[in-house]
Amino acid sequence: MRRQVAVVAFAQTRHTAGDGGLQEAEMLAPVIAEVRERTGLRRFGFTCSGSCDYLAGAPFSFVSALDAVGAWPPISESHVEMDAAWALHEAWVRLQHGDVDTALVYGFGKPSQADPRAVFAQQLDPYHLAPLGIDPVSLAALQARAYLERSGATEDDLRAVVARSRASGRGNPFALHLPDPGDTGYDVAPLRACDVAPVTDGAAAIVLAAGDTARGLCGRPAWIAGIDHRSEAHAPGVRDLTRSDAARLAGARAGASGIEVAELHTRFSHEEPILREALGLGGGVEVNPSGGPLSANPEMATGLIRIGEAASRVHDGTAGRTLGHAASGPCLQQNLVCVLAGGGHG
Amino acid sequence: MGEPCAVIGIGQTAYRSRRRDVSIPGLLREAARRALDDAHLTWADIDAVVIGKAPDLFEGVVMPEAMLADALGATGKPITRVHTAGSVGGSTAIAAAGLVHGGVHDRVLAVAWEKQSESDATWALTVDSPFTTSLVVGAGGYFAPHVRAYVHRSGAPGHIGALVAVKDRRNALRNPYAHLRIPGITRAMVESTPMLWEPIRYLETCPSSDGACAMVLASEHAARRAPSRPAWVHGTAMRSEPLAFPGRDAVSPRAGADCAADVYRQAGITDPRADLDCAEVYVPFSWYEPMWLENLGFCGAGDGWRLTESGATAPDGDIPWNPSGGVLSANPIGASGMIRFAEAALQVRGRAGGHQVDGARRALGHAYGGGAQFFAMWIVGDTKP
Repeated sequence: MRRQVAVVAFAQTRHTAGDGGLQEAEMLAPVIAEVRERTGLRRFGFTCSGSCDYLAGAPFSFVSALDAVGAWPPISESHVEMDAAWALHEAWVRLQHGDVDTALVYGFGKPSQADPRAVFAQQLDPYHLAPLGIDPVSLAALQARAYLERSGATEDDLRAVVARSRASGRGNPFALHLPDPGDTGYDVAPLRACDVAPVTDGAAAIVLAAGDTARGLCGRPAWIAGIDHRSEAHAPGVRDLTRSDAARLAGARAGASGIEVAELHTRFSHEEPILREALGLGGGVEVNPSGGPLSANPEMATGLIRIGEAASRVHDGTAGRTLGHAASGPCLQQNLVCVLAGGGHG
Repeated sequence: MGEPCAVIGIGQTAYRSRRRDVSIPGLLREAARRALDDAHLTWADIDAVVIGKAPDLFEGVVMPEAMLADALGATGKPITRVHTAGSVGGSTAIAAAGLVHGGVHDRVLAVAWEKQSESDATWALTVDSPFTTSLVVGAGGYFAPHVRAYVHRSGAPGHIGALVAVKDRRNALRNPYAHLRIPGITRAMVESTPMLWEPIRYLETCPSSDGACAMVLASEHAARRAPSRPAWVHGTAMRSEPLAFPGRDAVSPRAGADCAADVYRQAGITDPRADLDCAEVYVPFSWYEPMWLENLGFCGAGDGWRLTESGATAPDGDIPWNPSGGVLSANPIGASGMIRFAEAALQVRGRAGGHQVDGARRALGHAYGGGAQFFAMWIVGDTKP
């Protein structure tokens, strides 16, 4: 029997499309202050974060962020070099031990000072793939082409995903406010510039709490009804790029059914229909009402924000069962699914 | 603490300056395969994989768990990448053990590595954030002032570092995996080597190694079916403190002392020197042995060097430290912490071969990282807690 754990607070920066003149720790400090204020907690049983050294161009970029936490007296703390959604998973696991009741999770990324396409090209197998000079957008374009051919969907269908996401994003004070997609040329065909999530700086923090502690900290805790993550093979040639097996598996294991709202980590427009299919999200499911990553993509926090946005819909009572999804690696290689639910799951 | 967790398989690669015969995935697979063989398991028996390494800038592969998923049999499974600087090998083991303690999985593969021959660690450690100026070259340049402060504070005589260097290198001769093998090493030999960062001489530093270490961690149910004696996890702890602020004691960081206190409390240890049979402690520069003896509560403040000088930490002393030869004898950075944890487990399983401490029943594994600000520790024993 799993211990009941809930998202009890979520805060994010007003994300920016360019360098706002802040260091990572400066971006992070206000959101950590905000979740502390909202919960009244100064100390947490466990702290876990996610970030990527290469985006900062320096090793140990998470060390300076620790200063934003104010880790004194010393704290029980760990870090994943992944999207902070995986830090949330580690914190959820830690809360399952039963000896601590609260956890702070945060993620941050400042890709505006780097070249994310060049950086994430270095994520590929260094012996066989990276020397080809292929970047993440080119790989995504291969996937998009394969998906369009398999499904019969058109580039206009992708454009509709972008238009809907951007319209939603304009209603979200934390997202970038991007115009309706115009008739721009291809980035890497069939993907146009608007099909690619924008370069965005930002940070986010979530507080998890268990059982009665969660009930005491939040009027409507967003209980984690299920959480799971799965990987696929790395090499794009050995998997069916038009489907996401990892998302399907993670969704099934997390119990992704009866979902009303889903926040999906879609770094490219074509990923939305692939993920909808893998997660069994029918037409009635509202996808990315926050605008999603196509409206704001602060790398390493983007996945955590999906869980936070999904939890917010439970917190404010506008949905009873929601889903937050995070992705990592080229062509949706890794997928994490977190199902959140309101009352009755405590 | 949650559900019981045990180490049922351990695999290490030979640690060498250059493993040109294997790629990075090949290196990890070698360690993982040996851990699986030790546990009499196959890849299909593993529920989840947790990997750890030091900064991505070392080998220049960003978030390498993606490209390693195939080699580690992670297709269709969860794989997580931990990064907590030099303590990462220990943190990786703890994150993997956490999946068992939390009742989430039955068998978890933990792997940590570094392939320094395909990297430039000194360069990667010297690059600093564009917002600050660094006058530090490599890890030794950073830690030498802390060592000088220790010598000044404790009044330790100048030869203590050399004693540790000789002891650990002699231990390494009994460990087939160890990288540095210096038959006939003596204090005079260590003291004749060049001074790199006062008071740290060349032979008082760790080598740059290629290597990987892997463990299979198992639930009680899975451990009962293991073919050989498991090492039971009696406690795990991690502590972090900020890199710098006025009042931080870099010689004996509070995070280290708090981490030790936490893990001792979990394991029911009140006097670590008496209650533990041996310890594998992260000592990348020889002087860190006396410093950590004090920080970990094996003696009072200022007495660490006396303990070292008395021979208490030698293989025939009352509390052997680093019977494997330690980080001073093999340092694949990202793996070094996990090697400490794994060697502690080997000792209580009675499977440490030529460097076995007779009758070891409880052992400490210790790792530290960053600017001596991140700590990870576990205590393992031969009985279920």
